[in-house]
Amino acid sequence: MTTLWNRSASNRNKSFVLFAGMIVFVMVLGYFFGIILGGMEFGMIGLTIAFFIAIIWALISYYYSDSIALAVSRAKPADEKQYLKLHNIVEGLSIAAGIPKPKVYIMEDKAINAFATGRDPKHAAVCVTTGALEKLDKWELEGVIAHELSHVRNRDILLMTLTAVMIGVIVLLSDWMIRMTFFRGGDREGGRLGLILLVVGIVLAILAPIIAMIIQMAISRKREFLADSDGALLTRYPDGLANALLKIQQDNRPVAAATSSTAHMYISNPLRPGFLSGLFSTHPPIAERVAALKNINVKAAEQEIKDNSGKK
Amino acid sequence: MAFLGISFLLWGIVILALIVVALILVFNGLILARNRMQNAWSQISVQLQKRIDLVPNLVETVKGYAKHEKDTFAMVTQARTAMMNAKGVAEKAKASDLFTGALKSLFAVAEAYPDLKANQNFLQLQEELTGVEEKIAYARQFYNDSVLDYNNAIQTLPNSILAGIFGFKNQEFFEATASAKTVPKVSF
Repeated sequence: MTTLWNRSASNRNKSFVLFAGMIVFVMVLGYFFGIILGGMEFGMIGLTIAFFIAIIWALISYYYSDSIALAVSRAKPADEKQYLKLHNIVEGLSIAAGIPKPKVYIMEDKAINAFATGRDPKHAAVCVTTGALEKLDKWELEGVIAHELSHVRNRDILLMTLTAVMIGVIVLLSDWMIRMTFFRGGDREGGRLGLILLVVGIVLAILAPIIAMIIQMAISRKREFLADSDGALLTRYPDGLANALLKIQQDNRPVAAATSSTAHMYISNPLRPGFLSGLFSTHPPIAERVAALKNINVKAAEQEIKDNSGKK
Repeated sequence: MAFLGISFLLWGIVILALIVVALILVFNGLILARNRMQNAWSQISVQLQKRIDLVPNLVETVKGYAKHEKDTFAMVTQARTAMMNAKGVAEKAKASDLFTGALKSLFAVAEAYPDLKANQNFLQLQEELTGVEEKIAYARQFYNDSVLDYNNAIQTLPNSILAGIFGFKNQEFFEATASAKTVPKVSF
């Protein structure tokens, strides 16, 4: 029976699959690198080296992906005195959720957004933008924090953070390969190698967003709905989160430090609407989420959004 | 015949093993629910104690500005003592609600003293107490959720059989009896 308390089990399995996938992916990469650099007989050597690299990568991802995600997002620890109210809200809702109080971080950004990261409820962090603190009232902020804490309790965070780091590394790798190729452009001997690296780079560059799409979809919409409803169960006030989402929609400001690899971690899509984010949407439309929270139909929620923007 | 006999024996062992495994799973589930509930209760206790510790300081601060509000001070002190002496879940819940009510009166009194309201120490205490009151409310919510979960676990079949054997008892909710229930959710 799936209850509030054991939803985390399936996420643990998915995280494990993701780990295994990561390791296999790196090993395949190592195999081809071995062949490219040293010829056919070096494939297995490359694979072996890649295996150890992958293990180290997996360990680093497991233990440090939260720090990486926080650093990439330029988040700073929230001072307990200066942000007493935020700390109080986080602590209170953590008690309600039955999890230890996570670390609290702040992002200097005018946009209204938030995300949670970590590997388990004992090693978790929630991060909110200063824009959210300024523009949301207490009930709305509670709704947002409750949504994030539900991600923590449901153990979405490890999966989401792992995904972010993995996509980030793939993007980085493909970028490097393309750069390396251009760098080696003048090198006559490296012609063949350069060409292969270019191909691999381009393949990776194409692969990165596709992998991102597949995984982000697996992480996806259902999980956001679930965190919305679990969050509402914590605050016992679904309108708080619904109003916060409406404000986010109305504010409609991208988060400067968000990237396509971390986008799915946020409570609402932090990217400027564009070709990619439209094609591979990581978040369900706000109208659908508001409709679910307020128990109204989607049309009514869309109307409410329209009315809101009229007021502006 | 001999073959059939062994086969029966084997099946018997398999079925027995399955029953044992099922019993262990049920038992562990019950223990888990009970531990969660006990953890939830300790969360409430921590917050109740925090409030008990904060209040004397608050009363002293208010006294410095509003000496004449003796009745209110007496009421708060009395509520605090009652809170400290309360035993058992229901009694503590009732005392807690009364305590919350008394503190509300104290803050209402403070409204009439502008100097007090500007006092940094007072503002700090007010913020802290508001936080504690909220945490009590959340701890209470978590506790009651856990109790509901636990009571459901021990009352439904087949768990109830095992719960009966091992003496798992129904747990009280943290809520005041009807008469004391009039105190609304606070915001100072």
